[in-house]
Amino acid sequence: MVAIDNERKGPPRTSFLNDPVVRGISYQVLATVAVVAFFVWIIQNAAVNLAAQNKTSGFDFLWNAAGFDISFALFAWTRTSLYWQAFLAGLTNTLLVAVFGIFFATILGFIIGIARLSSNFIISRLATVYIEIIRNIPLLLQLFFWYFAVLKAMPAVRQSIALPFDTFINQRGLFVPRPLPDEQFLWVYGALALAIVLCAVMTRWARLRLEQTGQRVPVFPTAVAIFVVVVGLGFLLSGASVAFDPPVLNRFNFSGGLELPPELVALVFGLSIYTAAFIAETVRAGIQAVSHGQTEAAQSLGLAEGDRLRLVIIPQAMRVIVPPLTSQYLNLTKNSSLGAAIGFPELVNVFAGTTLNQTGRAIEVIAMTMLVYLTFSLVTSGFMNWYNGRVKLVER
Amino acid sequence: MSSSSFVRQEIAPAEAPPSSNAGAGAWVRKNLFATPQDTILTLLGIAFLLWAVPPVFNFVVGHAVGPGGTVDECRAQDAGACWAYISARISFFIYGFYPIDQFWRPNIVMLGGAALLIPLMAPKLPFKRLNALLFFIVFPVVSYILLAGGAFGLESVPTERWGGLLVTLIISLVGIICSIPLGILLALGRQSKLPIIKTFCVAFIELWRAVPLITVLFMASIMLPLFVPQGVTVDKLLRALVAVTLFEAAYLAEVVRGGLQALPRGQYEAGDSLGLKYWQRMGLIILPQALKHVIPGIVNSFIALFKDTTLVSIVGIFDLLNTIQAGTSDINWSAPNQAITGYVFAAAVYWVFCFSMSRYSIFMERRLNTGHKR
Repeated sequence: MVAIDNERKGPPRTSFLNDPVVRGISYQVLATVAVVAFFVWIIQNAAVNLAAQNKTSGFDFLWNAAGFDISFALFAWTRTSLYWQAFLAGLTNTLLVAVFGIFFATILGFIIGIARLSSNFIISRLATVYIEIIRNIPLLLQLFFWYFAVLKAMPAVRQSIALPFDTFINQRGLFVPRPLPDEQFLWVYGALALAIVLCAVMTRWARLRLEQTGQRVPVFPTAVAIFVVVVGLGFLLSGASVAFDPPVLNRFNFSGGLELPPELVALVFGLSIYTAAFIAETVRAGIQAVSHGQTEAAQSLGLAEGDRLRLVIIPQAMRVIVPPLTSQYLNLTKNSSLGAAIGFPELVNVFAGTTLNQTGRAIEVIAMTMLVYLTFSLVTSGFMNWYNGRVKLVER
Repeated sequence: MSSSSFVRQEIAPAEAPPSSNAGAGAWVRKNLFATPQDTILTLLGIAFLLWAVPPVFNFVVGHAVGPGGTVDECRAQDAGACWAYISARISFFIYGFYPIDQFWRPNIVMLGGAALLIPLMAPKLPFKRLNALLFFIVFPVVSYILLAGGAFGLESVPTERWGGLLVTLIISLVGIICSIPLGILLALGRQSKLPIIKTFCVAFIELWRAVPLITVLFMASIMLPLFVPQGVTVDKLLRALVAVTLFEAAYLAEVVRGGLQALPRGQYEAGDSLGLKYWQRMGLIILPQALKHVIPGIVNSFIALFKDTTLVSIVGIFDLLNTIQAGTSDINWSAPNQAITGYVFAAAVYWVFCFSMSRYSIFMERRLNTGHKR
């Protein structure tokens, strides 16, 4: 008998060229070489081109005086401010627009998303029309519309349109009263912090009590009461007062008050309206994703209406809503760069626009600008991963 | 014994539903006035419509100056939209600064594009492979020769003179045509088992997706000339096209990745067990299925791209929005409503394109979903 040795020893012998390991490594080496060569090539070209234009490179320009005006900055800005301060001014303006835009877009988006699901024919149709119109028109066009056709067409200063609460709107922007908290107001902020801590403690205690005894503490009314009492006491005991400095129409312009330039108003308004349409669709999808059986299951467990929404429906809907919602927030932040087109001094306008033109440091400036947005994006996706991990369905 | 009981032999005809449950009255009660809150909402909605619709209607139709009107009518006190201005400048909005006697060239391109695109989009029509080949490869080449000229006895028209809707369509079509293959390669690279290739693809995708298109356009218009060898000039429109393509490729890569991940593992394993090589497996088994599934996603990112083309106006290219914006400073037609009329017109054009594409996307989604949903 001949013993047939058909035991495999190692992977099948193939030609060296067909070995998947060898091939994988060689492809990757090739790709690396190609990418590195590409970068070397463009960097060399850039160096040659910059030398030909007599331009220097480096980040030292950040400590030079900017010498241009910024129409709206959150801190004192003069022509002698430095370029890194211009960067900071643009960055803070971008963040300001993002925060306000996210605030208004979320409120409007949730209202419209819920209205879209309303059983009321007129309300749901109005919401649908809003979503379909706003989503299908470019944001830049909408910003132009709000800025050039609406806000720039506002009456001149003398004929300002008066709105409630000492607010005025005219060609030069929106004028609102400026709150002037006095020094004692520190105590009120302290009381606010204390109230938040007390509410957290109370919520925790109420949950433990519910789990142990089954007795229910009205959490929400108690929280409201804590806030009113603690903050009110802080306000009264410290003798703090808040004065409002209203805008007053003088001969040529308003004095006092807080002046919001029309660019800012148009940008926040346009971004909120545009993003709200997308948020509304996200909210609708999230609510519809919770199957009707969940409502029935909650009912059959004997949960009350409020508990059913709070414990069963909303947590499941939020799991679907939050990831696209955060990416809408990121989109809004990125879209705030369109403020450059209507002259709002946000990051792209101040830095990638004016600063770049004045200094000519194209590569450094664009790299810094992109890095800012990259950071926003990484922070957002970090949050999303954390949230997804937290709410992930635990499967068997 | 005769039966005293009566047994009905045939089914009694159904009675009409109670009048409270049928007809328009019931519909109104159910959908508009079901509860007191509902009634309040309905009344608020009607009040809003009464407040909002008449002024809009009067602006767009009622008091509007029709296409045959004059500028003096547009300057009247209560005049609405000035459609005469649009019809007078329509060729600027469609072709930009393209020479008037050469309009037949962009016309042929636009008609040819529509003639190729519509059969490609209709699922029932045959010859898809030939059609795709014509649309994705032959059409762009022929269009470029026809539009730019300088060959076959055609007068040369530099890209600076292209403009309006023509440029909007060119940028969005070139963007999508060039970014689909790039996006597919990036998606495959991202799924690759080779770590370095995967890292390159992930870095590329995440970098472009993180930054706003406007910074990419700035980068392309300012830095691209620095990156090419000295003496080579890059056309302004080409810079924008490169920016849009790279940007869109990153988004499409994520769309395609969704399709690749949605395929059951068995498909990959089946390809392996048939002894197919990587590209055969991808080209014959995986991609045909994955791409079919992501058609709605591709259309949706095309809608986003179509809207985003407006941003090229910031780097000085005369797309539709920029021609509208430039038109507002036309003093021959200066009227109180000149700017707003231009914006409404542009909004209507963009809306018609985007809305019909989104309907198509929904249609394809329904069509493709059948048989996959249990």
